[in-house]
Amino acid sequence: MKVKSQREVAQSCLTPAAPWTAAHQAPPSMGFSSAKEMDETLAEFFRRTILKIPMTEMMTILKTWNFLSENQLQTVNFRQRKESIVQDLVLLCEENHASLNDAAHLDIIYTQFHRHQKIWDVFQMSKAPGDDIDLFDMEQFKSSFKKILQRALKNVTVSFRDAEENSVWIRIAWGTQYKKPNQYKPAYVVYYSQTPYAFTSSSRLKSNLPLLGQALTVASKHHQIVKMDLRSRYLDSLKAIVFKQYNQSFETHNCTTSLQEGSLGLDINMDSRIIHENKVEKERVQRVTQEIFGDYPQPRLEFAQYKLETKFKSDLNGGILAEREEPLRCLVKFSSPHLLEALKSLAPAGIADAPLSPLLTCIPNKGKNYFKIRDK
Amino acid sequence: MPAVVPSLVGTEDALLQQLADSMLKADCTSELKVHLARSLPLPCSVNRPRIDLIVFVVNLHSKLSLQSVEESLCHLDAAFFLGKVAFLATGAGRDSHCSIHRNTVVKLAHTYRSPLLFCDLEIEDFRAAMAQRLVRLLQICAGHVPGVSALNLLSLMRGSENPSLEDL
Repeated sequence: MKVKSQREVAQSCLTPAAPWTAAHQAPPSMGFSSAKEMDETLAEFFRRTILKIPMTEMMTILKTWNFLSENQLQTVNFRQRKESIVQDLVLLCEENHASLNDAAHLDIIYTQFHRHQKIWDVFQMSKAPGDDIDLFDMEQFKSSFKKILQRALKNVTVSFRDAEENSVWIRIAWGTQYKKPNQYKPAYVVYYSQTPYAFTSSSRLKSNLPLLGQALTVASKHHQIVKMDLRSRYLDSLKAIVFKQYNQSFETHNCTTSLQEGSLGLDINMDSRIIHENKVEKERVQRVTQEIFGDYPQPRLEFAQYKLETKFKSDLNGGILAEREEPLRCLVKFSSPHLLEALKSLAPAGIADAPLSPLLTCIPNKGKNYFKIRDK
Repeated sequence: MPAVVPSLVGTEDALLQQLADSMLKADCTSELKVHLARSLPLPCSVNRPRIDLIVFVVNLHSKLSLQSVEESLCHLDAAFFLGKVAFLATGAGRDSHCSIHRNTVVKLAHTYRSPLLFCDLEIEDFRAAMAQRLVRLLQICAGHVPGVSALNLLSLMRGSENPSLEDL
């Protein structure tokens, strides 16, 4: 009888039967020691990951995960307290010999459902001028990506999940040469393979960012990667801006139009006892606003930030500040639950003059919400 | 009797619209027609009835609204200031959003010898109460209440204001 070593047992369990590939080089403490018993830290990771899921989404997410069978799910009493439900689910995971990779996939699915909990940055890659345009091979990309990270850091957990439009969600748990990966602070990358764009969730472990950029660039056969001045919680809005899809009607999460309707709907007031004196001006404002912002719902951003480094200019001669050679530094930040819709409603509401400053209206066109303004 | 016509002047359409709606719902024995204008002077192309009361609406959250009102005041015939002008300041309830100090509008009203009213127009009940008050004011200014003229009312109202107003 051939006796398999622990490592071989672990490897054989990683054969993908599900539509994801996985690579992991975790130190033994995150594996399992016997066939039946799950490691404590792994069990705890499962417990915490499942506990995060709101009860209203539990069935949907578990079904998407597709790791526990229908029969198994039916054995769980979902009317208990949540703590008990989670305990039962973790036991089921143990029965199925769930591995770290299975936990990582559940984490990815949770994040896909709750993408607004992260703040996303946008990166743009470019090829060198002489490069051939190779056909993209997803499997080759994944394998190359994980190899680069593994070579650099011995301890890292990399998991993939394919998504729509030829995109892939990548989850990375960072470790170091000597420390096992921190599964509770992973970074996420969403890469659209037919485009040079990738979206990353800002990880607190910023020191790994250059490595991540390098891995992405090399694995996708690009030459260079640049961080765009664009950031938001709303991944779909970032996509719409970057792929220039915002000027068609598209789905936004929680499209808030009530303020807009309130102010733009004023003209529809039918009461003939109210006379608007400035009709011509109001119509002009409506027209200008529509020319600039269009009829479609705006992509959703939460803020725009302008960093000014300009010299002080004054009409008064001999003012103290006018003699300053150094530029004044100033930061102006606009925040809103839905910045672009709010900007769109400013002029019709009478709070600002129309047309608005091009610095505000150029945001979706330029794909930026961070600006640096210097003297020319 | 001819209709009573107030003119509400201010930059924020939504607030003016809501106030106008509230005024139309208030009790008024005369027929009411409300004019809304962003600023003065009014466009002169229209054949306009006599205006009985002008209410300048200032939003304490917006410097633009104060600026616009100050510019409009220059274009108003002096005769109106004998009781047919009132100032209405909104937004005082949300102190953290105010970019105009209360005293600024107090001084403005004092300079133009006209009453100043405070009301948070966004709150329906306050707005309804203020609308009713404005309608009463309007009827007096239009001469529809026998025995009381706009000028009478003005001196009555001034008496009830804070006596230290003269010291500002």
